[in-house]
Amino acid sequence: MDLVRPSLVQAAQMVLVLLVAPGLTGLVRKLKARLLGRQGPSIIQPYRDLWRLFRKSPVLAENASWLFRIVPYLVFAFIWLATALVPTFGLGLPFGPWADLIAITAMIGTARFFLALSALDAGTSFGGIGASREVMIASLAEPAMLLVVFTLALVAGSTELSAITAFLLSPSAGLRVSMALALAALLLIALAENSRLPIDNPATHLELTMVHEAMILEYSGRHLALLEWAASLKLLLYFSLIGTIFVPWGLAKPGASLTAYLAGGSFYLLKMGTGAIALAVFETGLAKMRLFRIPDFLGAALMLGLLATLLRFVSGSL
Amino acid sequence: MTLLIALGCSAALLLISVASVLGRRVLGRSTLVYAATLAVSLLSLACGIEALLASSSGSPTLSLPLGIPWFRTHFRLDALSSLFLAIVSWGGASSSLFALGYGRHESSPERILPFFPLFLAGMIWVVLADDAYVFLFGWEIMSLASWALVVSHHREEENIRAGHLYLTMAAMGAFTLLLAFGLLANAGGGYLFSSIRASALSPRLAGAVLLLTTIGAGSKAGLFPLHAWLPLAHPAAPSHVSALMSGVMTKVAIYGFVRIVFDLLGPPSWEGSLPLLFLGGVTAVLGVLYALMQHDLKRLLAYHTVENIGIIFIGLGLALAFSANRIPWAAALSLTAALFHTLNHSLFKSLLFLGSGSVLEATGEREMDKLGGLIHRMPGTAVAFLLGSVAISGLPPLNGFASEWLTFQAILVSPNLPQWALKFLIVAVGALLALSAALAAACFVKAFGVSFLGRPRTAAAAEARETDRWSLSALFANACLCLLAGLFPGQVVNALGPVVQQLAGQALPRQSLPFWEPMIPIAQNRSSYDAFLLFVLIAFAGLTIAGLVRAIGFRPIRRSPAWDCGYPDPSPATQYTSPSLAQPIRRVYATSLFGAREAVESSPPGDPRPARISVRMRDPAWEGLYLPVARLVSFLADKLNPMQFLTIRRYLLLVFLLLVFLLLLLSLWI
Repeated sequence: MDLVRPSLVQAAQMVLVLLVAPGLTGLVRKLKARLLGRQGPSIIQPYRDLWRLFRKSPVLAENASWLFRIVPYLVFAFIWLATALVPTFGLGLPFGPWADLIAITAMIGTARFFLALSALDAGTSFGGIGASREVMIASLAEPAMLLVVFTLALVAGSTELSAITAFLLSPSAGLRVSMALALAALLLIALAENSRLPIDNPATHLELTMVHEAMILEYSGRHLALLEWAASLKLLLYFSLIGTIFVPWGLAKPGASLTAYLAGGSFYLLKMGTGAIALAVFETGLAKMRLFRIPDFLGAALMLGLLATLLRFVSGSL
Repeated sequence: MTLLIALGCSAALLLISVASVLGRRVLGRSTLVYAATLAVSLLSLACGIEALLASSSGSPTLSLPLGIPWFRTHFRLDALSSLFLAIVSWGGASSSLFALGYGRHESSPERILPFFPLFLAGMIWVVLADDAYVFLFGWEIMSLASWALVVSHHREEENIRAGHLYLTMAAMGAFTLLLAFGLLANAGGGYLFSSIRASALSPRLAGAVLLLTTIGAGSKAGLFPLHAWLPLAHPAAPSHVSALMSGVMTKVAIYGFVRIVFDLLGPPSWEGSLPLLFLGGVTAVLGVLYALMQHDLKRLLAYHTVENIGIIFIGLGLALAFSANRIPWAAALSLTAALFHTLNHSLFKSLLFLGSGSVLEATGEREMDKLGGLIHRMPGTAVAFLLGSVAISGLPPLNGFASEWLTFQAILVSPNLPQWALKFLIVAVGALLALSAALAAACFVKAFGVSFLGRPRTAAAAEARETDRWSLSALFANACLCLLAGLFPGQVVNALGPVVQQLAGQALPRQSLPFWEPMIPIAQNRSSYDAFLLFVLIAFAGLTIAGLVRAIGFRPIRRSPAWDCGYPDPSPATQYTSPSLAQPIRRVYATSLFGAREAVESSPPGDPRPARISVRMRDPAWEGLYLPVARLVSFLADKLNPMQFLTIRRYLLLVFLLLVFLLLLLSLWI
């Protein structure tokens, strides 16, 4: 069995997601600024920010423990790995069998668990606000996500992401109501999980409304850089997930030629670009929700997921 | 031979119990008792593991001329028994190890030392029993010894109340189990497990046995709504006993349930799985929601036991549904998931209760809102508690996730079931399981974050001292097992194989041996999970990025006051507390379920009094089940009160009438 090529593909993907992620965030910011009639910072601004932050010395709150210092690395590692498990430009990743979609969801959960803990570590009230809101949102988003996973697993007969994608690429896939419901649910979840509007505003430091920013308020220097990078990786993860599952075309088959991989890669970038445009347009048209409206928003995702799963349970074809 | 040694262990525990009473004046007897218990538990742990490994070569039985005259007592060590023997023994060993350090601080050891080994011995008898007498005898010893331990600190009002409720519920549970065994034995006329197994019950009687067992074993395990005693009784006991009660005794209850329903009852009907699945799902979510509303660390942990029992019962319900429909491979999957979670829960719940014991000992506080910052003062306890929190929250790469993952896989094969009712219910149960997993993570962010992180809220927390080496080694022993079971779930699945084979007639495919091979419960292209390689890769990713950061230019860290948006307040009261952290979740979930109402009482302008926020909540189980029963009992008691003033003639008349009534009933029945 040829092991070299899949490993190369996997390594390429791990590096690719690292490089693309800040650019995606920059692109969304730029597009939003243009839609609002502003010039906006350059697309490569996030890279500059990361570079700048990495070279600054971090300032730690007096009370912060060792946990506060290792959490950025933990969060980054978990999110990076989860992102690397989602096929971007090619199928047949060697890491694929190590973690299925349930495990990927849970890995994101682990990252969030540690981030919420670190928010409490400095002993400030803002950290508490962020952590408490984050776990509330997660308590709704995570079950909804698992229901989406259930639907996909029941459609494809597998929780393995590569197997799901391969099934959806096969002619027997067809169009299904349950898949449409799952997509709608996944879109809502992606907004919530990535602290986007209307759940959270990634652009502000407005104390009363922020969630994610409140959690990382005490971070600085390289720690902050890692967390910002992890946040953009997470956005890329959800984009890739939606792209791989619902727009599975253009992915290179295992053992394909180099040109096929290059084509897959450019198609992937195209998908991400389209996603960024959609997100920017969507976010520009919305205002932030009140915190206690979020359960309604995510409740809708939960119900859509439940409905999709139920459809799969009772009918083989829907 | 193994069985004999295991029985010898239980006899030795009995001796330790007696010796602790006789040797009241011996110096350092706490240490002696716990060291002896530790040694005996380790020996019986070895027996359990040995028997589990050798279970393919038959299960030894033994009958001793003990107990009721003309009858003998029967013991047997099959795969199921040996698994639970190992779980009980390990729990006993780690609690004893903890108590070696903890016991020195105990104010009234004479109330604990005799009952601790007795409690363990009772649990060992339950799992080794091969007839209904031994089973129920062990069950009662377990209940009574643990009751004595719950009320050991009897000067606290709350403990007495907890003990009272516990005793009532234990009596009720034992009573229903007695009835269940009565029905089981009636068919063949034998109380031996082998003769019960040989006889078949009519479907109606089998349903009744299932119901009675669910009540009896479920109330001991903490199934909603029979859980009400658990969050009172488990925290009331000394911490190493709490660990045994929550981590191990609830597992013995699961054992009783599995033994009766999957082994003795014979072929099940699918309808029986409906209440199990429903109760399991409801228990899981309500358990964790109750836990989220707690601010007492040990009570929060006790409610988490309720949640995990729910998860285990979901697995058991699925297994029942699958085996009733003759899908043995799926039944094997669900049973493996349930047993794996049982094992996991015994590990991390012991760990967490022991950890809370360390905290309690160091600070004298169980209220999370009077703790804080313990990660600085008790670093070892904090690391172990953190590992336990990750494990119980069902997060990879620890063991809680592995068993929840298996449960999800079992749910995902249930469209194979032919019954529509089951299909609908299982979707809902799957959603409830997902919800409980997410809420558990939220709850442990709260538990660990409020108690161990942040700034100390009281002087007691600020001056806490790390616990002793014995207690720490007990914590870390459990934490290591959590990590190992999490990283190598395939090996645990293999070890559970004989048990599942015995109960479902089929085991999961043997997981391939190099420990880095992924766990594949059904088929390669269906699902697989490899915690070990994920863990390695995460470590690799973390180190890579740390290396990169170093390469870019490593600047030393500076310390300064917390920024806090420019308004740092030195008072630790500005930190989030446990109720404030749970407030958004309380608003989302508890408003309708628990009828939670918040009332803000703010003083008029100019009045310097602080504003107060208060929360009122109802307990649906308490109001829906217990209060009506209590009201009924007290109503009847009032009505029957005059009867204690009757003359002897009237009493005889009543006895006569009752006799007539019973004979009439009997004649109608036959």
